[in-house]
Amino acid sequence: MEPLITERMKWIIVVLSIVLVMPIVSAQKYYSRTARVFFISEAPLEKIEGINNSGYIIIDAGSGAIEMSVLIKGFTFEKALMQDHFNENYMESTKFPKGIFKGSVSNLSEVNFAMDGDYTVKATGTMTLHGVSKPLTTTAGVNVKGGILSAHSTFEIVIADYNIDVPKVVRENIAKSVRVSVQTDLKKM
Amino acid sequence: MSEYLKTIASIIIMAAATGQLIAQQEQDLLSLLGREETTEYAAASFKTNRIINLHSLESTSSGVLDTKISHRFGFVNGGPYELFGLDQATIRIGLDYGISERLTIGIGRSSYEKTYDGFIKYKILRQSTGLKEMPITLCVLGTSAILTLKWADQSRENLFSSRLYHVGQVIIGRKFSNGFSMQLSPTIVHRNLVKTAAEENDVLAIGIGGRIKLSKRLSLNTEYIYILPDQTDPLYRNSLSIGFDIETGGHVFQLHFTNSTSMIEKGFIAETVGDWGDGDIHFGFNISRVFTIVKPKS
Repeated sequence: MEPLITERMKWIIVVLSIVLVMPIVSAQKYYSRTARVFFISEAPLEKIEGINNSGYIIIDAGSGAIEMSVLIKGFTFEKALMQDHFNENYMESTKFPKGIFKGSVSNLSEVNFAMDGDYTVKATGTMTLHGVSKPLTTTAGVNVKGGILSAHSTFEIVIADYNIDVPKVVRENIAKSVRVSVQTDLKKM
Repeated sequence: MSEYLKTIASIIIMAAATGQLIAQQEQDLLSLLGREETTEYAAASFKTNRIINLHSLESTSSGVLDTKISHRFGFVNGGPYELFGLDQATIRIGLDYGISERLTIGIGRSSYEKTYDGFIKYKILRQSTGLKEMPITLCVLGTSAILTLKWADQSRENLFSSRLYHVGQVIIGRKFSNGFSMQLSPTIVHRNLVKTAAEENDVLAIGIGGRIKLSKRLSLNTEYIYILPDQTDPLYRNSLSIGFDIETGGHVFQLHFTNSTSMIEKGFIAETVGDWGDGDIHFGFNISRVFTIVKPKS
């Protein structure tokens, strides 16, 4: 009896599934392990700035997926005490070591990472900080030149949204909303 | 028939593999970048560089000046006549400075026995996880003190060296969890001049101290210093202190009860006279305020 699926058909299926999967698997990814993540809290009594130069970012040009992660303990401040308080009292970085954004490009059709030029990328996703996940939408300016993406983005984080408790006595020292900016060059993976 | 089954099986395996690839792709892009290769040092094991009297394993941060004003009131068993000791007070004013993340120096002046003191503290090992794993923090501390009280007996030959005291200490500690830190402080106190021949010039002692965090800004601290037997006059006691650290922005307030009058090592380790059982307890406080003198390069 002739088998239902012949030897030849089997190979066609194998090749076909490889061909179909290939574009997804091999879609170009861009990454950085040295993203500069900066935030500023401007309150009536005090200006607090934190900076971390080792954020991780990865973008999948095929699917438009964007992921970013930054170690909370890696932020440095002008004053050592700010860093202690940031980690111990506000971010509780031992319990919640990372800030993570997972999202995707919502205007992927308007962007071609393979072609040099300036693009405005809209990103939508979820920000997880201090154990709380909240939706976040932001835009990023991306300059593509010779396979390198230079990206920068600025967005606001309302600290109460992330269950970060600010005692009454320091309400005048810490802003309700913190401005975060991310800047980096992403290389091909 | 077996050919047919094989084909089906290979399709299923293929589909599963494909599905898995796509799933991995969607869920875990970040994992492609690997783990962050960093070393995380344990921070804020104690709220300040003193537990109560004892040096904690903490150093003053690099470029930071820590001004300390400390009081010990009289013994609470003075009763209402002495307002439970509040009528008397001794004071120590001190300045600590962080030269680097590992090296701290400090000076101070105590009204008790009119003593000047200085210390140098170096962190040899730092508790860390990540790339470098280190279970403990280890510091060495050297302090010296000069007593400037007028000599009780002016007629005899009084040497300047008799005014000097030196202390060597090793601090071995660990932040066991966010809320609990503990340390051991083996110590040697050297006194050039002692009051009686029965007393040793060198006194060996071991301090133990710890803290439990009660809330983000409040912790309960205790320390106990055991003097090894037959070294000091029996009238001297082991030092026991218990207190709270309260943190408010740039200040740390330490409020405590202790049977030690002196706030420097040679005094509270080797010359504590108070007996907790008799109510010889001082209420006292240390106030620490930090100022950033040299800002770190960003």
